[in-house]
Amino acid sequence: MQALPAFDEMFGSGEGYGSRSDEGVTAAYRAIRQWLAESPHELMAARRAQAELFFRRIGITFAVYGDAQATERLIPFDIVPRIITRPEWQRLERGLKQRVAALNLFLADVYGKQEILKAGVVPAELVLMNPAYCLHMVGRQPPGGVWVHIAGIDLVRTGPDEFFVLEDNARTPSGVSYMLENREVMLKLVPDLFDRVKVAPVETYPEKLLETLASVSPRKQRGSHPTCVLLTPGQYNSAFYEHSFLADKLGIELVEGSDLFVRDDIVFMRTTEGPQRVDVIYRRLDDDFIDPLVFNPTSMLGVPGLMSAYAAGNVTLANAVGTGIADDKAIYSYMPEIVRFYTGEEPILANVPTWRCREPEALMYVLDHLPELVVKEVDGSGGYGMLVGPHAPKATIAAFAAKLKANPEKFIAQPTLALSTCPTATDGGIAARHVDLRPFVLTGADGVRIVPGGLTRVAMTAGSLVVNSSQGGGTKDTWIIDG
Amino acid sequence: MRIRVDYQTVYEYAQAASDVLQLLRVQPAGHEGQHIVNWRIDTDVDGHLKRAEDSFGNITHMFYPDGPVKRLSLHVTGEVDTLESHGVLSGGYEPLPPQVFLRQTDLTRPDEALRVLARHIDTGDELATCHRLTSHLYERFNFDPDVTHAHSDAAHAFAIKAGVCQDYSHVFVSVVRSLGIPARYVSGHLVRNDGLVTQPAAHAWAEALIPDLGWVAFDPTNGMCATEAYLRVAVGLDYRDAAPVRGARRGGGAETMAVAVTTTASGPNPQQGQIQVQA
Repeated sequence: MQALPAFDEMFGSGEGYGSRSDEGVTAAYRAIRQWLAESPHELMAARRAQAELFFRRIGITFAVYGDAQATERLIPFDIVPRIITRPEWQRLERGLKQRVAALNLFLADVYGKQEILKAGVVPAELVLMNPAYCLHMVGRQPPGGVWVHIAGIDLVRTGPDEFFVLEDNARTPSGVSYMLENREVMLKLVPDLFDRVKVAPVETYPEKLLETLASVSPRKQRGSHPTCVLLTPGQYNSAFYEHSFLADKLGIELVEGSDLFVRDDIVFMRTTEGPQRVDVIYRRLDDDFIDPLVFNPTSMLGVPGLMSAYAAGNVTLANAVGTGIADDKAIYSYMPEIVRFYTGEEPILANVPTWRCREPEALMYVLDHLPELVVKEVDGSGGYGMLVGPHAPKATIAAFAAKLKANPEKFIAQPTLALSTCPTATDGGIAARHVDLRPFVLTGADGVRIVPGGLTRVAMTAGSLVVNSSQGGGTKDTWIIDG
Repeated sequence: MRIRVDYQTVYEYAQAASDVLQLLRVQPAGHEGQHIVNWRIDTDVDGHLKRAEDSFGNITHMFYPDGPVKRLSLHVTGEVDTLESHGVLSGGYEPLPPQVFLRQTDLTRPDEALRVLARHIDTGDELATCHRLTSHLYERFNFDPDVTHAHSDAAHAFAIKAGVCQDYSHVFVSVVRSLGIPARYVSGHLVRNDGLVTQPAAHAWAEALIPDLGWVAFDPTNGMCATEAYLRVAVGLDYRDAAPVRGARRGGGAETMAVAVTTTASGPNPQQGQIQVQA
């Protein structure tokens, strides 16, 4: 496996980690470097073992599809925090707000007046013929005008000031429970380090999420709080742990479809004290399963009649139905134009250059350069079904080329980015490992809320660029620090 | 032609079913060739009927019975005046851009056999192609209510060359869309001219978007374009979008459903067709 020369967030470059002097350590990592220098290998090993014990006790697990051996397992946690300075974060935050505002405006437009299609900025057929464009939402606007209440924007870094958006997650983004749990564990594990470094808190996320959900309630009641619930597909879903964790932190009911029913276009929850009206559903169930009367008729996970209550304006779904068109990877490639179209501003966060294989010239280029490129399915997620050219054997590339030729419109390709590396505790000591970052952006009827931080995912294998937990990636606590 | 429709569906459950609800698409909207004189939806249990409109422009009703039900009868009656337009639709309400009707669905997605049929049928002229496909399916398909069901897809129906109007229509839209012509599924009623006034199901056909003409209705089950004997109720990408009833319930055990659709014609120009029709 050939390692790409990458930007290292501690040293600037990741060569020869072990033997390096402190010279060249970035300001962000000075305290961490000192802490690492003070911690002998045995102490780090003991802390790693302790961290694992904490996570086992919490019971935080993740189901991995396609792995018959272990349906549930622990995601590896790295005890070395990932550092971002306050000024760096402030720029990211501005960029995230701008991008999520554009995503919301795009959704309101494509399901409404379709100005961006009429202007020819995004090809009409790419939206109208896209399976992610939900016809049942055409002509409708969700309560409060918000479509993407919870966005998870995946960022990668390639240099001191170079951040790129790798993908937008606007359906049911997951991972925020790891952000919160990682911080809790770190506070227990290395309390002394928090005394030395001023770390911005992420613990307010549940509170901010609840405020966001309450702000989009279709019923404005004086003096009483709207009833919010978290709708889960159930315990067999890979993110069930997160669903129950979040419901608990928010202090709202965790419900399955069968706990809810619709009467006279109003959603009710069954309770021991009789039916209780539901105002906002934080749903972690995909569009296709939420209402068997409108979508997949065989779904047992949803709530019959939910779409009628939604269309009547009597309940809010977060995220809105149909947001998949905004995080479709073919639409992603138009995000810079989309940001400009709706905000009149230059995008603060750059896109990764993207070849749309649906375009014959792009396809030709991609087929000629497969060994250098990352190729993804436009509607895929979780790192399934993608090709990482530089790390793929020839036979795999040949097989992928055939798939690509058969259905080019299903794929996009991007250059293999040299994701930045961060110091990471490994069996062989501290070493550079590639990372990405998923901050969570909350949008309510009353504004945008972002907690300073996010989920850092780390590829635990040396040189690997695949950080997805479903592909063996781990996580780190992310610290936004005052310089 | 004045078409009178009497459409009754009776559901019976082994035990009382709770949380029964039904999404109905049983009320037609008007267009130039179709004027709604009167229309009623009645049920024999207490409940609420909530009218709305879906994204295709269809009139929908949600029916919420007040309590558990053991037997439920849904009775739809109405009168509509239609004009002969040789299948050409005009003055209809079109809230969606036509490109969306190029989208295939789980029920219409063509397999290799359907793509071969599309190449074989294609004449290069949209109207001629649709006529040719209509005749082809009428001649080669066997009308058989016992070989397919509500969830059967176009590829399956085409493989066995048999089915009911729903299957004929899915095959039609599948092939037409794969040739780049927008097409949609239509559910409605047909006044038959073979003396059979009471039928066990509503009818279904298809519409294709023909340059210079607009939406034109083709009925592959009967090998012809729609006439004034056709009453158009709902459209969609496939059966699921346009189904007269989609329901849900909790409990209730085994369900039996009996449907009786009676369509009769009166007025100045009663149907004098030559063709034996099938629904």
